[in-house]
Amino acid sequence: MFENIDTSLVDWSRGQFALTAMYHWIFVPLTLGLSFIIAIMESLYVKTGQEEWKKITKFWMTLFGINFAIGVATGIILEFEFGTNWSNYSWFVGDIFGAPLAIEGIMAFFLESTFIAVMFFGWNKVSRKFHLVSTWLVAFGANLSALWILVANAWMQNPVGMHFNPDTARNEMLNFWEVLLSPVAISKFIHTITSGYVLAAIFVIGISSWYLLRSRENLLAKRSILIAAVFGILSSVMLIFSGDGSARQIAHIQPMKFAALEGLYNGQEGAGLVAIGVMATAPGDTNSRNVKDFTFSLEIPNFLSYMAYGKFDAFVPGVNDLVDGNPQRGIMSVAEKMERGRFARESLALLKNARDNGDSATYNQIKARFSDDTFKENYFRYFGYGFLDNPESVIPNVPVAFYSFHIMVGLGFYFALLMIFVLYYLYKDKLENKRFLLRLSVFTIPLAYIASQAGWVLAEMGRQPWVIQDLLPTMAAISHINTTTVQITFWLFAVLFTALLIAELSIMFKQIKIGPK
Amino acid sequence: MTVGKKLWIIILIKLFIMFAVLKIFFFPDILKVNFKDDKERGDYVIEQLSKPR
Repeated sequence: MFENIDTSLVDWSRGQFALTAMYHWIFVPLTLGLSFIIAIMESLYVKTGQEEWKKITKFWMTLFGINFAIGVATGIILEFEFGTNWSNYSWFVGDIFGAPLAIEGIMAFFLESTFIAVMFFGWNKVSRKFHLVSTWLVAFGANLSALWILVANAWMQNPVGMHFNPDTARNEMLNFWEVLLSPVAISKFIHTITSGYVLAAIFVIGISSWYLLRSRENLLAKRSILIAAVFGILSSVMLIFSGDGSARQIAHIQPMKFAALEGLYNGQEGAGLVAIGVMATAPGDTNSRNVKDFTFSLEIPNFLSYMAYGKFDAFVPGVNDLVDGNPQRGIMSVAEKMERGRFARESLALLKNARDNGDSATYNQIKARFSDDTFKENYFRYFGYGFLDNPESVIPNVPVAFYSFHIMVGLGFYFALLMIFVLYYLYKDKLENKRFLLRLSVFTIPLAYIASQAGWVLAEMGRQPWVIQDLLPTMAAISHINTTTVQITFWLFAVLFTALLIAELSIMFKQIKIGPK
Repeated sequence: MTVGKKLWIIILIKLFIMFAVLKIFFFPDILKVNFKDDKERGDYVIEQLSKPR
């Protein structure tokens, strides 16, 4: 079957999903963070009774509303794609993916949508306190929506709490809490929402700086910067800690992604962290691994070992160790995993044949195999490897993983530093005179979006070839549909989303120029 | 036109394109459309996942 797969179908299906997910992610992080910033501002209005805080709240609420209205429901397209382009995957994941998405739709999205109506249309119609509670519930609802989506994504990176049913070819949830509270899910949730908070803080600081540069709306700008910078700095601390936790988990659960994000081909004890580096094809590379070397790099000695395992002299496996195996370090080769994966796939075929032919003795024997812990741990665990052609196909695009990781981390630290400087000069009442800093703040807004997208590029491209880690490769997850249909919808989405982005930007710019009422 | 009106128009056009055009004409649920019950769907996916290379 898979030898006949049109690789362009896989590529177009991946491209289409990436396009829609990335466009969707333009709208989401601002909603996550700005909702809390607005709730804090409104709390200050209710506490102090000052009309200026109400004016500030309503101004940012307008920009929040524009972003929400244009972005709302753009994520539903991804669910369309699951059913059409990724039907094997959708079936295989079963209710594990369906349950969190359903909870997201029923609970979180409705919570958010209900109270957003009160938030926008309820001024002067409900009491101040009821309005404030609605604004906070919008913020919690938006973030709760994100939780369920991220739980589903985390399960794809680290499938836990389930059992594979070989009669239906579906994974069935055994333990909801194991899925929900998986360390990967928790880290991913905290890291993703705090990245949204930082993006929103940069957005508010950038626009407020624009007003200060034009000597307009000074009070609004300064108060907004104060709230956003404090919120952004606190979020940055959480972002850094959760990022560190995520890196440690990746090192254990997705070691190939970890090796790729640092461009580490040969494992080392006391491995250094490349803080800055430029990659190029290695001069002596004659194999199919397309090894990249650093033409320039700035390395922090031993730090990668510490980041991964908490010890400065720990061994960090490289791409070659993970592909070829390293018996001394207890690392199994991909070739061995491929053999085991093939056995698991053959067992699935044998079970179906036995069932179809009414051979109950063989059926019962093979069925028992799928419930046996030794088989699950030593064979089914590598099910996805059974689809692979050659061991090298487990290597993701190393430069993409390396650069997306370093762009994300570098910009993340830059944002924290920028917010500290902005807050310092605001405290000293000198911010209006720091025109370079104000201009820098304005130009940093798009950088926040780039960092946010880079994080997802690393998460999703860094785990290739897997759509579900070790269990299902991307090429086995797609539907066998006409490539032309995927190409047509790719371009339809490209036009639709670009139109939405243009609408967002033009309406947003106009409202910013008009300013608060 | 107020910003609120503009946004409502964008929301309605977007939802129309997504649900009345894209979902109906371009995004059928492949397994639901091509197979009559879950057993057939499961058998199809098992075949897809287990056929030898």
